Order: sequence, then C-alpha cells, then structure tokens
Amino acid sequence: MTAARGRILFAVAALLVLAALPQIGITIPGLFERPLSAPGTLSLLALCFVFGALALTYDIVFGYVGLLSFGHALYFATGAYAAAIALTRWHWHLPQAILLTAVVAIVLPLVLGAVCLRMHDIPFAMVTLAFAEAGSVLVLQNPFGLTGGEEGLALGSDVLPSYLVGVPNTHNLYWIALAFLVLTYAVGWWAVNSPPGRVWQAIRENERRVGVLGLNPYLYKLGAFVLSAFLASAAGVVYVLLQGGANPQITTSSFTLALLVMVVLGGVGTLWGAVLGGIVYEYLDFRLVALSNAPALQSLPAIVRVPLSEPLFILGVLFIVLVLFVPGGLGGLLRRRAAA
Amino acid sequence: MSTTVLLLITGLGLGALYFLIAAGLSLIWGLMRVLNLAHGAFFTVAAYLGWSASLALSGTSPWVQWGVSVVVAVIAGGVFATLTEVVLIRPLYARPVGQVLVTVGVALAAVALIEGGYGGDPKQLTLPAWLTGTTAILGANIPNTRWVAIFAAALVLALLLFFLQRTRYGLIVRAGVENRSMVEALGIDVQRAFTLVFAIGGMAAGLSGVLAAAYYGTIDPVRGTSMLIFAFIVIVIGGLGSVAGSALAAVIVGVLQQFLNFYAAAGVGDFAVVLLLAVVLLVRPGGLTGATST
Repeated sequence: MTAARGRILFAVAALLVLAALPQIGITIPGLFERPLSAPGTLSLLALCFVFGALALTYDIVFGYVGLLSFGHALYFATGAYAAAIALTRWHWHLPQAILLTAVVAIVLPLVLGAVCLRMHDIPFAMVTLAFAEAGSVLVLQNPFGLTGGEEGLALGSDVLPSYLVGVPNTHNLYWIALAFLVLTYAVGWWAVNSPPGRVWQAIRENERRVGVLGLNPYLYKLGAFVLSAFLASAAGVVYVLLQGGANPQITTSSFTLALLVMVVLGGVGTLWGAVLGGIVYEYLDFRLVALSNAPALQSLPAIVRVPLSEPLFILGVLFIVLVLFVPGGLGGLLRRRAAA
Repeated sequence: MSTTVLLLITGLGLGALYFLIAAGLSLIWGLMRVLNLAHGAFFTVAAYLGWSASLALSGTSPWVQWGVSVVVAVIAGGVFATLTEVVLIRPLYARPVGQVLVTVGVALAAVALIEGGYGGDPKQLTLPAWLTGTTAILGANIPNTRWVAIFAAALVLALLLFFLQRTRYGLIVRAGVENRSMVEALGIDVQRAFTLVFAIGGMAAGLSGVLAAAYYGTIDPVRGTSMLIFAFIVIVIGGLGSVAGSALAAVIVGVLQQFLNFYAAAGVGDFAVVLLLAVVLLVRPGGLTGATST
C-alpha cells in the first residue's frame, strides 16, 4: 500500500469518526469538559470547522498566490451580513438568501480585487486593509437600519427551517459545518492542483517570470482572489447559521489579523495545515477564556494573572514565537516529526 | 463661516495626529520595506503609560502632570519601538513577510495586555484648564487641543526635515530609501539607521497617542488600530517613503473626513477617505509624490 493511499484511508476513517461523533457519548477529559455528543461540545467543534475552512480560503490567496491580504474578514462578513439581512430584514427564505449572498460574494471581490491588485506586496496589503476598514465602518453605521450597528443582527427563531433551530438540533448544524469543511477542502484542493493553481504557485515564486512566459499574472491573481473571497463568504453563511446571527466583531481588522494568525499557526501553503491552524486557534480562543476564569488562576499575583487571562495576549505571544522559531507552523512541525 | 473655520482647524488637528503616526511608518517602509502593524500599539501603550505617569503625580499642578505624561509617552513610544526593532525585527531581515507577521503579533499582544491591565473602559487624562478651553478665531471657538496637535505636528515635521536634509544620519536614511543595497555596498552601516528610524517613528507615535488623548478627551485600547489604518491610507496617498507627502496627505485626509462627517453623515467622511485612496491608486499608483524621503 502506498503512502498516498494510506493517507486517504486515514482521512476517510477520521471523517467517519467525526461524522458519527454526535452519536458517540465518550468524554475526553482535559480537552472537553462535557461528552463529545453534548450540544455545547458539538457547537464548539462546528465553529472550529468553520474557522478551519475560513483559514483554508485565506491560505489560497496568502499561501498559494503569495498575496498578503489584510482584508479577508471583509468577505467573511459580507457572506454573514448579506445572508442575515436577507433573512431578517427582507424575510426571504433560506435558499433565496443564499442565492443573493452568492451573487454579492462574486461581484464585490471582483470589483475590489480589480482595484487592489493594481498594487503589489505591502501596498496591496495596506489597500485591502483600508477597504476592509470601510466595510467595518459601514456595518457599524447601520445604514438604513440594515446591519443593526454594534448590536449586530440576530436571526429570530422563525426565519430558519425548524431542523436548524434549537439546542436539540445542534447535531444538524454540526454536520452542516463538517460537510462545509469537507466541501471547501475539496474545492481548495481541486483549485490549487488545477492548471491555474499551478500558475498561482508560479506567481508566488516569481511573478515577473510568469509574465515573461506570456501569461497575465493579474487575471490569475484576480481569479484566486475572487475564489477565495467567495468561499469565505460561504463560510460566513454557515457562521450565521451556527451563531444565529451576525455581529460586527467579524468585520474588524483584528479579525483579519486573527485569520493570519490561524494560517501561520497551522503552516502557510498547505491546505490541511491552514485547516488545523483554524481549528486549533478557535479551540484555544474558546478554552483560554474558560482558563482565565479558572479559580487556580485567580489566586495568582496580578502580574502573572492579568496577561494569562487575556487570550489574545497568549495567542499573540505564541504567534511571535512561531514566526521567529517555527516558520513552518504546526503543520511544518508534524511533517518534520514524520520525516525524522 | 464659523462652522467652516471650526471644521477646517479640527480637520487640521486630526491630520496632525495622522501625520505623527504616518511620518514614522512612511520612513520605516521607505528605508526597511517593513509594514509596521505594531505602530498602533506604540500609540496605545505610550498613551496609557502617559496616563499612569499623570495619575502618579496627582495633586501637583495640571501643567506638570500633563507635561510629564507627554514626556513619558514620547519616551515610552521610542523605547517600545526600539525594543521591537532590535529584538523581533532584526532577526528576520531575510524574511520580509516574517517581519510583518511579527509586528502583527506585537500589536495583538500589546493591545490585549493593555486591555487586561487597564480595562476596556475609556480613561480620562488630567488636562490643564487652558487645554480644555477654546480660542476664538474668525468667530469660531476652536478647542485649544487642536492648536496643540497642529503645533506639535508642525514642529515634528520641521525637525524631521532638518534631520533628513542637514544631518549625516538623515543623509544615510535618504540614500537608503533611494537605494538600500548601494548604501550597503558603500560600506555604511544601515542597521543603525534602521534602529534610529524605528526609535523616531515610535516617539512620534507616542506623541500622537498622548495628544490624541487630549484631542478626543479619553484614551481607549482600540483607538490605536483605527488611527493606524488611516495612517496607512495617508502614507499610500502621500507616496510611500515621503515625509512631506505624508504631511500633505494627512492634511487632505483629516480635513476631508471632518467636513464630510459633519455635512453628510457620521461615517461618510471615513468612507470617502477610502474612496479617495482608490481613486489616487487608479490615477497615480505611486501616490501624490514619488518615493523620495523629503
């Protein structure tokens, strides 16, 4: 049996276990407080899957094309808000809302990408950051009462089909998130291994040479930008279903930076590394908040307690250490272990 | 008329705050090709340390308190920036993306630490009575904090231009912006210029932080990030690496933002600034000025 076939078998087995999780009542002490089939654990895992998928979409532009975008949160938020607005403000049904979101999720990155990609490298990063900030300002201003400003938009219990609402149906949302992750991975894998995907990686290595070879790097970059933004918007829709609404936190520049942390944490330029990074980041973010309220921590002196009770401080420091000493991220570490 | 004057001066004051952040960012980019996302953290940390210093001196004259908080903020910004450059950015010269990422980590960690240590609620800085007052010009009552911001920015602009045009290190920095590898090939130590530019940028950002505390009346942990984004817009519009271009763009951005936020609706000004950026990029991708360091 070849290594590749072994890996596929392993992936299929892991997927089957993940899919069966809502039916398995085991507990993993330390990792999760409640049994794996409990709604709380399932919704945390579902959120982890969505962020894994989102990190993967970011890795397509950052890891494969080499475009350092600081505006990726904008497209996630676009998906989330377009769907939430159609559902709550206009009382559309879910399929129509998804259709509208799909149209917006192609047009917006096409227009913004066309402008941003006139710049290269770091100026490109700054310009994408500026557009994302404009999006954040727009959401907070609550134009025409659409976005709900700082409060965000909460889906009522009546706008979604009944099988997606309520604690007893958490396993349905879990399966949707898992299926979305698998689908995103499949699309991402297909895209980066397709002929245009090879051109993306060539652009990352040497853009001028791609131009000299007679291909137009601009169009290829725009294609990658739109694909990645479209998938990010789809992740935004799943996020709205999971969270029961959209909130302005996902529009902020800090959220884009969190995406960057996820991808670098997992390993830039590998799809599964990015997924791993997204999952680990979201899990840590959640668990570190729980840790900050732990009684053991409260008894420590303030100088130790205060930094440890700020999840973003721990993640920021972890990130610096990774960048300085482990450039390949967690994925790189695992691979090196496997090779040794 | 009086409203126009008020908006104009307030816009200039805002532009002054942007310029103080943008000048350092622009030089750092021009010389080192580092996008410094930690610059907003310099701004925030300096403002909070200035606030702490002022609190420690409570009871003394407000002028002393405010003066000390300004000095502490400038020093704190400079020290924080120097440490960031020496400890974190220097080991990564071979990896430009790694440098950007490390500054992201600094920004996240520093802001989270400030939020943990001081809490997320806005804090008020003790100001001398004169600073909270207004001065009447052409029938408009202009808050004095605007004048202070404008004066400070003009002073920093003059000092920076003097440094760049008239001193030996300024010459090295200008030459480095023009062609770094040539300067290195001539046997000049550019590394020291890097640290110097970071220190100057951090001091200016710290000054901006403490002046913004007076301008807005409060300090909070997240203002640094939004100021940083507008400073990015300023340096791209002004032409990356150009201090004079940053000054010009800061004035345009600050005034435009104030006028539109007042006459159209709150938030429209912020939006228009981003649109202006898009237009400038489409018409003049190099910004208003070319990339020179004067």
